[in-house]
Amino acid sequence: MGPIVTLAGLPEWIDLLIALAIGIGFGFALEQAGFSSSRKLAGMFYGYDTTVIKVFFTAAIVALVGSQFLSYFGLLDLNLVFVNEFYVSAAIIGGIIMGAGFIMGGFCPGTGLSALSIGKIDAMVYAAGGLTGAFLFAETYPYIQNLANGHYKGPVRIDEALGISPGFFTFLLIAAAALMFWIAEIAEKKFARPDITDKI
Amino acid sequence: MNPYLAGTMLGLVLLLAMYLSGRGLGASGGLKYCVVSIVGAVDRQHADNSVYYSKYFENDSKPLKNWLTLEILGVLIGGFISGAISGRLKLVVEKSPKISAGRRLAFAFLGGVLFVYGAQLARGCTSGAALSGMAVLSLAGFVTMMAIFGSAYLFAWFFRKNWI
Repeated sequence: MGPIVTLAGLPEWIDLLIALAIGIGFGFALEQAGFSSSRKLAGMFYGYDTTVIKVFFTAAIVALVGSQFLSYFGLLDLNLVFVNEFYVSAAIIGGIIMGAGFIMGGFCPGTGLSALSIGKIDAMVYAAGGLTGAFLFAETYPYIQNLANGHYKGPVRIDEALGISPGFFTFLLIAAAALMFWIAEIAEKKFARPDITDKI
Repeated sequence: MNPYLAGTMLGLVLLLAMYLSGRGLGASGGLKYCVVSIVGAVDRQHADNSVYYSKYFENDSKPLKNWLTLEILGVLIGGFISGAISGRLKLVVEKSPKISAGRRLAFAFLGGVLFVYGAQLARGCTSGAALSGMAVLSLAGFVTMMAIFGSAYLFAWFFRKNWI
């Protein structure tokens, strides 16, 4: 039963080796998805390339449905899997700042690293900016502590917040994703930019 | 690769991380540990006196010996392998022909600063907060995801000349 490392009490070095292996799979999947191209990623926000939404929601649904099945068959204890804690104002304001960074830089941190690894110079500069951003956050932390830690709600789940079962929420999410994929296909035809997409 | 197939592969990697280590994927966290480690090496006194850095050096712990740091090292290796297989290894500045390389790089740097600053505040980026959060039904994950994409759509109009 999983999580293996926690329940089997495996030593730290094995967990770190798993981290390296998971990272290799993560970087490989991001690069194969075409996320090493900033113009492909940015296409999401202008409609000419909607790969981002397709990959992102497919991945979330595969992991969500997969983990629920593993839990149902007694193969994974979901109580031992990390659930992100909800700091309301930090999540919203942090998200807005990230969105601005996304459209300016053309990458998010993970896709930036995958682009860097294949030699994109803009991604190397983006990563240098990322390290600078982490440094600035650490240095300004004393002034924004209240914002960062305010309105704390704990590791609350969305199905609890809505008062519905996890299974029903998963069903709604799949339906919403199917609708978005359909809209994405229409958008790619309507906002097609062959001059850009032929190159990427 | 077909986006739905690539998404399935990404989802299976995330599921494996949950099953093996009980955690999701991340990218910005690894960058943070690199910065913490550099600051500790350059000015240990500053790190020990700071409310932010000091917690990473308690009990003689080494910030680089960390799940997230090894994971992003793996991301670089995995990305490189994929690029090599698909013949995409090339030193290049990717940009719209309408803008200069300098402009592209300036915006890339600024974007990196903002994205990772926001990710530290929200305790995760598109991978750690949005994707991994959604996979465990975390409310924070869904809210962060909507804030990131909503804001990027809102700002897209202002920066359209950089891309289209």
